[in-house]
Amino acid sequence: MHEMSVVAGLFDLLEENARNEKAAKIVSVTLRVGRLSGVVPDLLETAFETFKKGTAAETARLRVEIVPLKIRCRACGRESITEEPVFICTACGASDFEILEGRDLVLEKMEVEIQP
Amino acid sequence: METKEVLVLRDILGTNKKIAGEIRAKLKEKGILAVNLMSSPGSGKTTLLENLSIRLKGRFRMGVIEGDIETERDADRIRAKGIPAWQITTGGACHLDARMVGKVLAEVPAELDFLFIENVGNLVCPASFDLGEALRFILLSSPEGDDKPKKYPEAFLSSQVLLLTKSDLIPHLPFEWERAKKEALEINPRLDVFKVSALTGEGMDELESFLIAALAEFRTSHA
Repeated sequence: MHEMSVVAGLFDLLEENARNEKAAKIVSVTLRVGRLSGVVPDLLETAFETFKKGTAAETARLRVEIVPLKIRCRACGRESITEEPVFICTACGASDFEILEGRDLVLEKMEVEIQP
Repeated sequence: METKEVLVLRDILGTNKKIAGEIRAKLKEKGILAVNLMSSPGSGKTTLLENLSIRLKGRFRMGVIEGDIETERDADRIRAKGIPAWQITTGGACHLDARMVGKVLAEVPAELDFLFIENVGNLVCPASFDLGEALRFILLSSPEGDDKPKKYPEAFLSSQVLLLTKSDLIPHLPFEWERAKKEALEINPRLDVFKVSALTGEGMDELESFLIAALAEFRTSHA
């Protein structure tokens, strides 16, 4: 359950960006969560709901987009999306892979209200 | 009131990664090889370190950073072997992060060879936090079962070395060492795998040689 630490890092980023935009309020937050990022989306949402009280994101909605695991075979170069973290190339049978996507936790965008 | 969409595209763990990068650079400069040990509680991390401290004594200088939720017990066990140890008590947090390690690093003497960082016992959360280590070890003890790698893939994926510990217990358990190894290698084919027992000494010579070779490589590489 390290989602609280992750959300603490998220709020540092949200506050920094809200300040830069001179935003009065954060309306929504969109995250890209890798399938193998090690966080549980439900727990992330719970942590977000707890953390947002008393911040500029108090009424913000959280959207979590799951990023599937995208890998590239080091032997034949084939790129594929895999559901399970078992890396055997369907084209050539090799098991040496580079992970292209699906491990990161990214704050993609936020929607803010700006005072006129 | 006007609303606006702001594209951010920033890594949420970016601050941790930045601090970890600074730690990595400092350790590289000092020539200290840091090893982050991850596993579930009770898999034998501290016992392994006690054993290594005896093996490396007189030839190499080691230090240990101990991560626990509460108590100084593990650090006391290491100090009893004459090895400097620094305890981080996380006070509830289930993992170490780079900031915690960075604070302790100020007290770590520059003339060490190995710095082992014993993470909080947990197969999930520590995997997400880079501590600036050169090598990450994942320990899996035989009583935990041979089905763990696929249940906790990130820990195995992010490590360079797998230690199957408590190998002396395998004859008494429904644990298939080949299956555990195969499961782990299907997730991460680049893992170096060692089957060890701190009690009987099985595999410990190989592990010791690996560490010494890794130190030499670490000090000559310019990456």
